[in-house]
Amino acid sequence: MSQQYPVLIVIVPLLSAFAISIAGWVNKRLCFPIIVTALGVAVYASVGLLLTVLEKGVVIYHLGGWPPPVGIAYYVDHLNGLVLVVVSLVALLNVIACKKSIELEFPDKAAPFYTLYILMVTGLLGIVVTGDAFNLYVLLEIAALTGYGLLAMGEERAPLSTLNYLYMGTIGACFYLLGVGYLYIVTGSLNMVDIARLLPPLYQSKAVLAAFIICMVGVWLKMAFFPLHAWLPNAYTHAPSAASSLIAPLVTKVMVYVMIRLILTVFTPEFAFATLALNNVVVWLAVIAIVMGAILALAERNLKKMLTFIIVAEVGYMVGGAWLGNRAGMTGAILHIVNDALMTLCVFLVVGNIVYKVKGYAFEDLQGLFRKMPFTMGAFVVGAMSIIGVPPTCGFFSKWYLILGALQAGHYGFVAALIFSSLVSVVLFFRIFEICYYEPFSDHHGHDHPPEPMDEAPLLMVVPLLIVAVILILVGLYTGDIVNHVIKFAIPEGLV
Amino acid sequence: MSELIPTIIAKYNYWIYITLMMIGLYAMIAKNNLVKKIVGMNIFQTAIILFYVSIGVKKGATIPISTGGHGAAHEVVHAADYLNPLPHVLMLTAIVVGVATLGVALALALRIYSRYNTLEEDEILAQIRKK
Repeated sequence: MSQQYPVLIVIVPLLSAFAISIAGWVNKRLCFPIIVTALGVAVYASVGLLLTVLEKGVVIYHLGGWPPPVGIAYYVDHLNGLVLVVVSLVALLNVIACKKSIELEFPDKAAPFYTLYILMVTGLLGIVVTGDAFNLYVLLEIAALTGYGLLAMGEERAPLSTLNYLYMGTIGACFYLLGVGYLYIVTGSLNMVDIARLLPPLYQSKAVLAAFIICMVGVWLKMAFFPLHAWLPNAYTHAPSAASSLIAPLVTKVMVYVMIRLILTVFTPEFAFATLALNNVVVWLAVIAIVMGAILALAERNLKKMLTFIIVAEVGYMVGGAWLGNRAGMTGAILHIVNDALMTLCVFLVVGNIVYKVKGYAFEDLQGLFRKMPFTMGAFVVGAMSIIGVPPTCGFFSKWYLILGALQAGHYGFVAALIFSSLVSVVLFFRIFEICYYEPFSDHHGHDHPPEPMDEAPLLMVVPLLIVAVILILVGLYTGDIVNHVIKFAIPEGLV
Repeated sequence: MSELIPTIIAKYNYWIYITLMMIGLYAMIAKNNLVKKIVGMNIFQTAIILFYVSIGVKKGATIPISTGGHGAAHEVVHAADYLNPLPHVLMLTAIVVGVATLGVALALALRIYSRYNTLEEDEILAQIRKK
């Protein structure tokens, strides 16, 4: 059984998508148990897989028994073992937390929503688990197409924002495909490990250089790296809250994983950092991404849109950290994939709860929320602290590694950008705390009117949110173990 | 100039795919009508499909099927004689992906049309700003 974990992670959610769409015809109440079971199996299998990897090293699974390079291989090492656990866990917690809001927002469309949801998770898990460059493209498109469907189910402007995302997303995926094509011309292989084995004599070839740059641009488009970020804020803001709290934490992070996988495994750090000498340029781009993300977030008067600009800044952290070209920076980037997925989930679930109760997420709607929804806002404080980077929440530790890496690389611009963005986050979040503490302005002064009663979101929404908040602190406290037992082995020896 | 033309002719498939790609990209950036943008996106995808198909082609090559039937002695198949089917097979998947993307994009365009009664982007944006 445990040898089959890599394929179970993809197959179980994929088949349950069919089961859910059939169950939608028979009895709508069956959909939710099926999706929770399927995601539970995925979480179980990915945790089991991570433990196997920690114990025995890299797991390679040959689909259908065909050995690579002819067949498709699933390749799981410490890097994607960790990301798999994060992706499946975030998807599971989010679907439980969003059950009520899904029922509220689209009562007759719950079954199609769950079907798209689980297909999207299938795509994301597949991207992470696969060891085949073309297979990755197909799964990328599965995740993207279902994502468009989920995002477009939102409010009035959602279809237009989603269509803009669709243009950009398609260009991104096509660029990646083109890059893989160039790699195929020079190596004749699509298996990532096999390509890495064949590439070293070809490092001087212009085709390899073109492949690398085209792949990178494609992936940057998909992850909304600064100059290519224009699609993200609107698409995520107008989406239904259940969809944005799945897509916002996972899609950009999975794309960062793809970038790191391409750098570490396919092209190897020697090529990406030493032969190419592009580090400085990309890190400066990341600096601009962080600064612009922070400034644009500051300009927003709308909680959800503000958070989407924070995602743009966070992508800058991860890209910059990965491209610093040293071990500490890469550790910070990988750790930040985990942390950022969890803290983005936390704050977007809070937005979901607020929308469920208050029906809005503009700053004016937030007044008096600390009294009304104390548990939700408590979790929001933890998530905000983590994004700012206050110890012992996990956000502090990844920022620590990123700054350490930047100092080692002598890149003070990146250090300055990280500190600047942390300071801006302080302003952003304390402004919201302030608004949420004060009661709505009332017309009759002097009269004591009874304070608004507590009106918390349902238990099914609050409990998963509190679990996420606790996980944020736990991951922070156990950062040392994650780095020493998992991430240390995810980065090749050659990278110092 | 005398050197340029042979270079273009020797690798004409690459020039064609780049040209098509740029036409698609231009349409996506410059056109105002949403459907024209979608068509541009489709041209962009098709250009990459052409690129893959062209790299798998070889002049005078045969299909990669072993002619010796059951019982007959295994004959040697030289890799140089047949054309590589893999890029073409990959493109079957890419075509399916392209069709699915086109479908989703057109469905979104329909939703947009039913809401704003126009597909011109500037008119839609003007309507959004008015609210």
